[in-house]
Amino acid sequence: MISIKGLSKAFHKGDVNEVIALDNVNLEVKDGDFITIIGSNGAGKSTFLNALAGSYPLDAGRVVLDNVDITKWPEYKRAALIGRVFQDPLLGTCAGASIEQNLAMALKRGKKRGLSLGVRGKDREFFKEKLSVLKLGIEDRLKTQTGLLSGGQRQALTMLMATLVRPHLLLLDEHTAALDPKTGGMILDLTAEIVESQNLTALMVTHNMNQAISMGNRLIMFHRGEIVLDIAGEEKKNLKVEDLLRRFSELRGEEGVSDRMLLC
Amino acid sequence: MTSYALYGALEQGFAYGLMVIGVYLTFRILDFPDLTVDGSLPLGAAVSAVAITAGYSPVLSIFMATCAGFLAGVVTGILNTKFKILHLLASILTMIALYSINLRIMGRPNMTLLGKDTVVDWFMNTTQIVPYISTPILFGVICVIAVVVLIWFMHTELGLAFLATGNNKQMITSQGVNTDTVIICGVGLSNALVATSGALVAQNQGAADVNMGVGTIIAGLASVIIGETVFGDKTISRALIAALLGSILYRVAIALALGLKLGSFSITPSDLNLITALLVIFALVMPQVKKKLIARRA
Repeated sequence: MISIKGLSKAFHKGDVNEVIALDNVNLEVKDGDFITIIGSNGAGKSTFLNALAGSYPLDAGRVVLDNVDITKWPEYKRAALIGRVFQDPLLGTCAGASIEQNLAMALKRGKKRGLSLGVRGKDREFFKEKLSVLKLGIEDRLKTQTGLLSGGQRQALTMLMATLVRPHLLLLDEHTAALDPKTGGMILDLTAEIVESQNLTALMVTHNMNQAISMGNRLIMFHRGEIVLDIAGEEKKNLKVEDLLRRFSELRGEEGVSDRMLLC
Repeated sequence: MTSYALYGALEQGFAYGLMVIGVYLTFRILDFPDLTVDGSLPLGAAVSAVAITAGYSPVLSIFMATCAGFLAGVVTGILNTKFKILHLLASILTMIALYSINLRIMGRPNMTLLGKDTVVDWFMNTTQIVPYISTPILFGVICVIAVVVLIWFMHTELGLAFLATGNNKQMITSQGVNTDTVIICGVGLSNALVATSGALVAQNQGAADVNMGVGTIIAGLASVIIGETVFGDKTISRALIAALLGSILYRVAIALALGLKLGSFSITPSDLNLITALLVIFALVMPQVKKKLIARRA
C-alpha cells in the first residue's frame, strides 16, 4: 500500500525559470497494482518517480509505503524498499564488476554489508537459475565484466537485480525507450512476467500508448504536474489508443496551442 | 646501472609502494583525484618522527601515522560529500591545511631521527642482513601484505560497494549504499596508506621534512600508469599488483635517468620533475600508439 499525499516539487524556485514539476499530487496505490503512467514531455512523470525514489527533497507532501512514512528518508535508505530500472540501460549495473558481482550487490539491497565474501559459492547456482530465465545465454558467463554486455542485456540484468530481493515497490522509468523495438519487447515481456510471478506493486512510465494500455491494471496520465486521468479495471481493458490521443489533444486545446496551429 | 642502485630503486619503490596503492584506490577505483596525498605523506612522516623522538616504539609510531592519514582523508571526503566542494578543490584545501599542521606537529620544518631506533634498524639487527638488502625486504613484505589484504577486501561485500561507488553512483545508491560514507572512508583508507608510506620513508631516510610531500601525487600517478601499461589492469587483483610493481619500475626509471651521462651533460635530481612528467606522458601515449600500430597491421 502506498499513500501519496499533496506531493509538490518545483525546480529553480524563485527564479524566472521556475518550473512546477509536481503540483499537489495525490495517489493511493493498492498492493499488487501495476500502474502505467503516460503524459507529454515535462508533464512530471519522471519527477514523480524520482520523488518516490528519493532522488531529491520534496517541497511538500508525504509518502507512506506499507505504513512507513518514508518522506524524510534519503535515496539509499528507500532503496531497501524500492527497486528501480532506469531509461539509460547503463545506469542500473556496474560496468567494472562482473555479472555475478552485480547480482551479489543486488542480493544485499537494503541489508548491512560486511567483510564476508561478496560472491559466495552457494549463490552462484541461484544466480545461474535466475539468469537462465532471461534466455540470453549469460548464465554461463557469470565472471564476464558487465561493461562487455549489450544495452539490452544490461537492462535485462538490471530488471533482475531490481527484483532479486522482492521490492515493496518497483519503479520503471521508460525502461525500454532506449532499446531497439525487439529488445524493448523482450524487456517488456520480462517485466510482465516478473511483476506477475512476484505479485509486485509497480509504477511504469512509458511514452508508448499501446504499452500503457496493454500492461498493468491501472493507467494514469500526468499533465503539468497533475494527474488528469486515472483509469482502472474494466474501463482500462476497453481503452483504445484513440481515446488516449483524444484526451491528449483536449489537453493541448486547453493550452490554446495544437500541433496543427504550430505547423501553420 | 649497478646492483647497488637497483637495490636502492627497490627500496624506494617499496617505501613509496603503499603511497602508490593509496593513489590507485582513489584515482582509479573511487574516481576521485585526491591531492591530499601531498600533505598526508609528510603528515605520516611528521607523526612518526615526533612519536619516535618522544620515545614511542617505531612500530607504534607507524600505526599513529596511519591513523593521522586516515583522519586527513576523512576531512577531504567530508568536504567533498557533505559540503559539496569539488573533489579536486576539497583535496587541495586539506593539503594546504596539512602544511601548517605538519609544521605544528614537528614544531620546525624538519626533524632528524639520527641515533634513534627505527623499524629499519630493528629489522636489520634481527635478521643480520646488510642494510641495502634488508630494507627492501622489510618494505617489500609490508607492501605484499597490504596488497593481499586489499585484494581480499575488494572481493568482500563492502569492497564491491567501494568498487561500484567509483563506477556507477546511481546504481549502488539504488542498491541501498550511502555513497557519501563510502567516499569518506575510501579517501580515508587511501590517505592512511599514504601516511604509512610517509612514516616508512622518514624512518628509512632518518628524517622527516615538511616539503617531502611535494609532487607525491604525480609520482603516484606515474607509478600507477606505468604499472597499468606494463602489467595490465584487467582485474582488480592484477591492477593492485601492477600498481606496486609500477612503483618499483618508476624508481628504477628514475635511477636509470640519474645515471645518464651524455658527454659533459648529466641529469641532476632537480630534473626529476621533468623526467616524471615525460614518463607520465609516455605511459599515457603508449597505448594509443600501440592501437594505431595494430590497426595498421590489420
